[in-house]
Amino acid sequence: MTDPISQDKAAFLAVVKKYEGMHDVSGVLALDPVNGPMIRHWAEAMGDTNPVYTDPEAAARTHFGEVVAPAAMLQVWIMRGMQGGAPANSATGELYKHFTDNGFGSVVATNCEQEYVRPLRLGELVQYDQLIETVSEEKTTGLGTGHFITTLTNIYVDGESGRELVGTHRFRILRYTPHKKKAKAAPPAERPLRPRKVVNKDNQAFWDGVAAGKLLFQKCLDCATPRFPFAPGCNKCASLEWDPVESTGKGVVYSHVTMHYPKFPAFDMPYAVGLIELEEGVRMLGNVLGVAHDRVRIGMPVELEFVTHDAELTVPAFRAVGEN
Amino acid sequence: MSLKHADNLRGKAAIAGIGATEFSKESGRSELRLAVEAVGAALDDAGIAPSEVDGLVSFTMDTNPEIAVAAAAGIGDLTFFSRIHYGGGAACATVAQAAMAVATGVADVVVCYRAFNERSGRRFGSGVLQRDPTVEGVGLGWNMPHGLLTPASWVAMFAQRYLHVYGATTEAFGHVAVADRKHAANNPKAYFHGKPITLEDHQNSRWIVEPMRLLDCCQETDGAQAIVVVSAERAKDLKQKPAIINAAAQGAGRLQDQMTSFYRDEMTGLAEMGVVAKQLWQTSGLTPDDIQTAVLYDHFTPFVLMQLEEFGFCGRGEAPAFVANGGLELGGKLPTNTHGGQLGEAYLHGMNGIAEGVRQIRGSSVNQVENVHNVLVTAGTGVPTSGLVLGVE
Ligand SMILES: [Zn+2]
Repeated sequence: MTDPISQDKAAFLAVVKKYEGMHDVSGVLALDPVNGPMIRHWAEAMGDTNPVYTDPEAAARTHFGEVVAPAAMLQVWIMRGMQGGAPANSATGELYKHFTDNGFGSVVATNCEQEYVRPLRLGELVQYDQLIETVSEEKTTGLGTGHFITTLTNIYVDGESGRELVGTHRFRILRYTPHKKKAKAAPPAERPLRPRKVVNKDNQAFWDGVAAGKLLFQKCLDCATPRFPFAPGCNKCASLEWDPVESTGKGVVYSHVTMHYPKFPAFDMPYAVGLIELEEGVRMLGNVLGVAHDRVRIGMPVELEFVTHDAELTVPAFRAVGEN
Repeated sequence: MSLKHADNLRGKAAIAGIGATEFSKESGRSELRLAVEAVGAALDDAGIAPSEVDGLVSFTMDTNPEIAVAAAAGIGDLTFFSRIHYGGGAACATVAQAAMAVATGVADVVVCYRAFNERSGRRFGSGVLQRDPTVEGVGLGWNMPHGLLTPASWVAMFAQRYLHVYGATTEAFGHVAVADRKHAANNPKAYFHGKPITLEDHQNSRWIVEPMRLLDCCQETDGAQAIVVVSAERAKDLKQKPAIINAAAQGAGRLQDQMTSFYRDEMTGLAEMGVVAKQLWQTSGLTPDDIQTAVLYDHFTPFVLMQLEEFGFCGRGEAPAFVANGGLELGGKLPTNTHGGQLGEAYLHGMNGIAEGVRQIRGSSVNQVENVHNVLVTAGTGVPTSGLVLGVE
């Protein structure tokens, strides 16, 4: 089953994916040759006092033999100035317009990787080619939902035997639709975390199971009685021997409550907590999902869904089956 | 105390004195001070000097060690002291253990006490949000990450199941609240003195944890209550008419949890109270028909219904009909919580209910039932618990 929204998404992805590998520009010359004043300003701003960048005499005593530009200045030489940017008729210009027109109007630079093949010397005029390396599938990040675009710029200097590669510059941006901000909602950072799980040697196996995406209960190896919550021995036969067994996660609501008061800021009040009788015959607690808190009913079929609330807390929850 | 046979405690010990502080929302003094005041008041009531006390019993949840109470209450050497676990389930067990001590000669005068600033200090209803990985912490840890955080929420899980299985409505809970508040309205010591409620008030009160409303929940109280236990023989010669302890029992059920026994076969009863009931009837030789009035632990109304069924005052699922039409009110089938209960008078972890049982035996209750011979008193529900049958002889 494919819904209209995912069809639209697939069509959009097909369009933007065509730009992968497309050359944007070639042989574009830098605005300025590598020069002392720009190096000095950059080194001062960075607090880099290495004399090899600014002092010809000191530089002469190094293995470079002369002043060189700081390697990390690579991008400076290919910048297009304050009014620059991708021209509208370039491949990137076209690609960005697709994103803007499809709701991905926001942009943020996410990371940059550079390789330095050899240092640049005073007076060298670099030139560069740029291509669109990759366009990602749709991703959801903390900022919003969108696509990562990676461009690769190869930087050259004209040499005696043709163009000589001096460095590469890989730049990744995210074109995205920002998350909708909830009206009046407190900033997420202020919400306290849910109460922590409590783990000791007797129930470690259960939480290890959760971490592995499994809902475990215990089964007595002597009398086969299933049990939950975790305990070191069997109430029926006193055996200490047991195996963990994975539940299918299918069950029915055995009882339930709706929490109204007091207000717990870690939770969206009011909320439903269900006591679920699993088909294997043990009961477990969990939030009931997929149905309004006042429509949860005893006997309602549910199935397992793990919910991750934060980096340290994933818990089993139960989604009502056949509810909208 | 045994499930297999009647025990030997019947008629051996008696409650000779009761004493309490005022019940308030902010006592303005330490919990230890409250404990000492209540112990002193109970000894005065009994006409026994502090120097005669050789036993003290309280709750593990109490913050006042026996030795600290003794030191500040003029009490000397102690030969018996114990503290009982499981919250309000300890209430009648303090008297049960005191009775065993005096019946066996381990101690002569034992004072049971409970003191706290449960409103102005640590409030039990504010939520369990963190626990260390002890056995009990792990037990609560099954509930906490899902947001099942309060005593009300733990009781509500049973209450919902009960309503479903027996086709009852929350009006059944309301009748319990109305009876409590009616009795409290006539009790000058009650927080809700002069403030009765109607079933409509109950139904209109806001949800706390559905299916339980505000008026299903007990108060939060600052205060203290103490009870003096001596041998029945000794009690005869003291100031007050003795309340004879004709049975006293503790009980925990199979696969018992603290408040969250969600994993047993059934959730429509209180197995631990069934263990208590069986012992109390066995040792006292009485039946429900012999009880003129009861104090049934009422931190939350639904568990009063289940207690009526566990003790056999009515059949399974029949409590909603039993409590309707004033069944628990003065003049009803079983006048219950004639002091106003923990909803109406005060929440003293069940200890104020024992005092009311004593007043009914003495004939001094503000809502005195006629011709009282035997009173049933119970302790905390949903936890390992205890109960007493008090008699005039
Ligand atoms: Zn077994």
